[in-house]
Amino acid sequence: MIATDLSILTPEIVLAIYAMIGLLAAVYTSKDGLASTLTYVTAVLFVVMAFYIGVTGGGTRIAFGGMFVDDGFARFAKITILLAAAAILVISHDYMEKSDLLRFEYPMLITLATIGMMIMVSAGDLMALYMGLELQSLSLYVIASLRRDSVRSTEAGLKYFILGALSSGLLLYGASLVYGYSGTTLFSGIIDTAVNGELSIGLLLGLVFLIAGLAFKVSAAPFHMWTPDVYEGSPTPVTAFFATAPKVAAMALFARVVHDAFGGAVGDWQQIVAFLAVFSMFLGAIAAIGQTDIKRLMAYSSISHMGFALMGLSAGTEQGVTAMLIYMAIYVTMNIGTFAFIMSMEKDGRHVTEITALSNFSSKEPLKALAVLVLMFSLAGVPPMVGFFGKFAVLMAAVDAGLIWLAVAGVIASVIGAFYYLRIVYLMYFGAEEDGLDGRMGLVPWVGLVACAAIMVLGVFNLFGVDGLAEAAAATLVR
Amino acid sequence: METILLFAPLVGALICGFSWRLIGEQAACVAATGFLFLSMLLSWIIFLTFDPGAHENGYYSEPLFTWIASGSLDTSWGIRIDRLTAIMLIVITTVSALVHLYSFGYMAHDENFKEGESYRPRFFAYLSFFTFTMLVLVTADNLLQLFFGWEGVGVASYLLIGFYYRKPSAGAAAMKAFIVNRVGDFGFLLGIFALFWMTDSINFDVILAMGPELAEMTFSFLGYEVNAANTIAMLLFIGAMGKSAQLFLHTWLPDAMEGPTPVSALIHAATMVTAGVFLVCRMSPIMEYAPFATNFIIIVGAATAFFAATVGLVQNDIKRVIAYSTCSQLGYMFVAAGVGVYSVAMFHLFTHAFFKAMLFLGAGSVIHAMHHEQDMRNYGGLRKKIPYTFWAMMIGTLAITGVGIPLTYIGFAGFFSKDAVVESAFAFGGDLGQYAFWLLVIAAAFTSFYSWRLMFLTFFGEPRGDKHTHDHAHESPWTMLAPLGVLALGAIFSGFIWYNSFFGHTDEVGEFFGVEYAEAGAHAAEGEHATEDSHGADAAAPAAEGGDHGGEAAYAEEAEHHYVLIGAPGEGAIHAAPGNDVLNEAHEVPTWVKFSPFIAMLLGLAMAILFYLVSPRLPKVWAETNPILYRFLLNKWYFDEIYDAIFVRPAIALGRLLWKGGDGKVIDGGINGLAMGIIPFFTRLAGRAQSGYIFHYAFAMVLGIVLLITWATLSIGG
Repeated sequence: MIATDLSILTPEIVLAIYAMIGLLAAVYTSKDGLASTLTYVTAVLFVVMAFYIGVTGGGTRIAFGGMFVDDGFARFAKITILLAAAAILVISHDYMEKSDLLRFEYPMLITLATIGMMIMVSAGDLMALYMGLELQSLSLYVIASLRRDSVRSTEAGLKYFILGALSSGLLLYGASLVYGYSGTTLFSGIIDTAVNGELSIGLLLGLVFLIAGLAFKVSAAPFHMWTPDVYEGSPTPVTAFFATAPKVAAMALFARVVHDAFGGAVGDWQQIVAFLAVFSMFLGAIAAIGQTDIKRLMAYSSISHMGFALMGLSAGTEQGVTAMLIYMAIYVTMNIGTFAFIMSMEKDGRHVTEITALSNFSSKEPLKALAVLVLMFSLAGVPPMVGFFGKFAVLMAAVDAGLIWLAVAGVIASVIGAFYYLRIVYLMYFGAEEDGLDGRMGLVPWVGLVACAAIMVLGVFNLFGVDGLAEAAAATLVR
Repeated sequence: METILLFAPLVGALICGFSWRLIGEQAACVAATGFLFLSMLLSWIIFLTFDPGAHENGYYSEPLFTWIASGSLDTSWGIRIDRLTAIMLIVITTVSALVHLYSFGYMAHDENFKEGESYRPRFFAYLSFFTFTMLVLVTADNLLQLFFGWEGVGVASYLLIGFYYRKPSAGAAAMKAFIVNRVGDFGFLLGIFALFWMTDSINFDVILAMGPELAEMTFSFLGYEVNAANTIAMLLFIGAMGKSAQLFLHTWLPDAMEGPTPVSALIHAATMVTAGVFLVCRMSPIMEYAPFATNFIIIVGAATAFFAATVGLVQNDIKRVIAYSTCSQLGYMFVAAGVGVYSVAMFHLFTHAFFKAMLFLGAGSVIHAMHHEQDMRNYGGLRKKIPYTFWAMMIGTLAITGVGIPLTYIGFAGFFSKDAVVESAFAFGGDLGQYAFWLLVIAAAFTSFYSWRLMFLTFFGEPRGDKHTHDHAHESPWTMLAPLGVLALGAIFSGFIWYNSFFGHTDEVGEFFGVEYAEAGAHAAEGEHATEDSHGADAAAPAAEGGDHGGEAAYAEEAEHHYVLIGAPGEGAIHAAPGNDVLNEAHEVPTWVKFSPFIAMLLGLAMAILFYLVSPRLPKVWAETNPILYRFLLNKWYFDEIYDAIFVRPAIALGRLLWKGGDGKVIDGGINGLAMGIIPFFTRLAGRAQSGYIFHYAFAMVLGIVLLITWATLSIGG
């Protein structure tokens, strides 16, 4: 039996062994000299694994007595995570090298974090959930302070660690409450205790704590406070990574917990999730207006976007999960493109992150400016960019689930949020003439930027089939 | 042929308006004019060869294509030719073609445009476009197409009044014309809706036949049961009032004189303003069964004729005098239509088109000669300088004042048609007939006075005003004089030639308009048979009626045959309800009635001679001795001022309130307040919360969990 269980975990095991071999190999050979190679090898391995998962996976398979679930939903999330991580690794290579940050631990830590995420999205048990979450989190804490000689970077890592520990505490407390009132840690067991939508008060409290812990991971307000500081302090590629793969993993885990474990009590968690959604959307939109640093701005942007994704989740329906998955896929693509650009923002040989540095960018680099314009419009949800369809999907899900007030709030928040995206476009095209960015962009980030922008335009036709895949994935989660 | 006739002006307008850069200004204008002369030629062929008897119901239709087919609304574009249309066709195309020709001279140089600026192709294109839409209006075979033409002429009128777009007054006048017409059009539209509601059709062949049935129908409006025929007729007439500048909706017409003079001749004298009269005549099968509406038409028509004539007495701008004269003459036409002799209304429309277009073009010639000076006080003694124009104007004046010898067939065009209107009004009888008759006779005297006043001030006496201008006064080029000559023929002979067709014996009129007629006796029996209407009895005894009015009922006995029109509604171009015998009775009015317009004319002439030739000081003295009356007339009965106070100012105030208060303060203020006040406040708040201290962040998380727990336990769990 154990052989079957292990075979289900093949991708995770392969990655784990690879991570350990990579670490040892680097330590005993040229150390950082191997970093460049490792980065690319890791990225290739991620893509191969994503391909492997996509090709071999089929149906729903359960390992270790239900603790690990390999279903369509997990596979969709894993492929998204792996591809996003690979993309970030590739486009960050130039930046890391230039900033003298290309250490061999970087790709290895990312690999370990990715393994954690893959376990998270496949978790079928509170224990597995926590294991995956901690593996991911611990890796991320370290990566956040990768730039050891920088006060900002170490501060970011420390803040993230302390607050992450607090949230883990909340999550564990919730898990123990749930276990105490249901007698099991298996999601399939928990769901049986709440068959008729009736949760005991203990279970309810446990659920609230669980949600609070998960909300921290997706950086939903009011558990978002770490996000801007960590995003700003971390090296930009790390920020890019934070903004993409872990968000997908945490959101998928969120969906799995509320549906797999508490799917019988949609009414109970729906309101909490909706509250988090509204709060996140508005806080992200409003607070971002005051930002002058593009990384902080992207932090608030991601808070707002998580709000929208939660709106899809709060619908509590299959359509809602589909919308959430589509939204996350689009969100990840947009962020990869945007961060590819942010990594290339240079002035006089130094990396800059001030928004004002974008002034009059379009006259120097019309194509890049156009690509950024497309991405910003897409982030703001302006039709006909793909970002609009993501928002449209979650709004439709909310409306169809009867949460019209939530949809209305979402529309208002997206109007407010459009301001700061448009301000970037405004600066690029109508900003005052002054010394702007002068750095050159490597080929890979350039491809990343332009490709993502192109996807935002070309995806209008059929979203590259993502909607169909998301639908199939959601169908395996919501039953 | 009909299709070519209809679309030739449109082709001309398109060629002229859009391709003059390619083919050159002159060629473009010539093209537009050429197409119109083609149209005119075809119109005359149709008019002269049209034989109502050869067609069923006295008309024929040429469908072009389906326009709207939606539910029971089925409307197609078509050309309906009957006598009414044929009359309008020649009026429109003739005047339009002549005005095109005239414009070559008149628009050659214009100080309102800069040197080298191209304005002539635009002008000709507008003129041709106007002609097209006017033709659409009169050839319509349904109300929607008619309304298309109706609005089309409105647009063309707007464009042409505002042609001198650099002049603020021209822009204002154009807007005024458009907006005032909108009031009338609203009524017209409601009328169309009501008709469609009641009859489920807007095609003439259906609705015109429904007149008597509509008279029996009622519909409920705001809890009142109202008669369908009367309501529809009233609403349609309100539309006609706007377009034809009848009292209360007349204020735009004098201001429309801001447009170039050829425009005034074409649109604001001969064609567009008569569209209202045409509409009433076209709808005669419904009007005939709407006594309330027709009485209203008489009241308004007569009042307009009188009102406009009084104002015309004291105006100093040569074009405004003629404009008020137009307004007044339109009143005559409506009176004729209101009393039920539609042929006479069309008769006056027909003759008026010639002599009024001629007066306007003559005035244009004078203005041209005097370097765009329009104030008659600065004219005088121009007879010698511009003799051809003088004679043309003289013929026009003789026509409009109705010079002719009563009881004979000798006279100018206006003599026949105006006398026909006056006699019809008298023959209508009753208090309303008397009211209309006396107002029209007085108006005739005023007409004579102001027309001769115009002549005397312009062409006689000593030159006044700028000496330089007078020295350089010159006769106009042939392109301007030739149209005057052609119109002069019309002004002299059109009444004489077609007198019998429009206002002859009933059989002749019936033949002309394609309406069946029969001996009075036979018809009376039929009438009694068909309807209980008491008019039927009246028709049986026209002699007795005539006797009531003046005791000279000789005509009926003298005539060997006494015919009446018996065409069913929708058959023939016009309709006379059973009992409507005004056409016959008008010939039987007392002799003093027949003389009355003539005497009024002489009186007006005498007064004008006294005031402006014999003793030129008299007008000033009179104005000083009657200052109130003088100012009252000079200021056009203060209509503009009253409207300004009642409608314009409140509307502007309301608009300003909604703009400044509603849009500016509430909406913009709300959005701006939100975007610039409230949201930045929250942004600052969020910024301050992001202090960077880790215990603040942890506190926020704990606060969040407390909030969630509280809410969950209170609202969900509880």
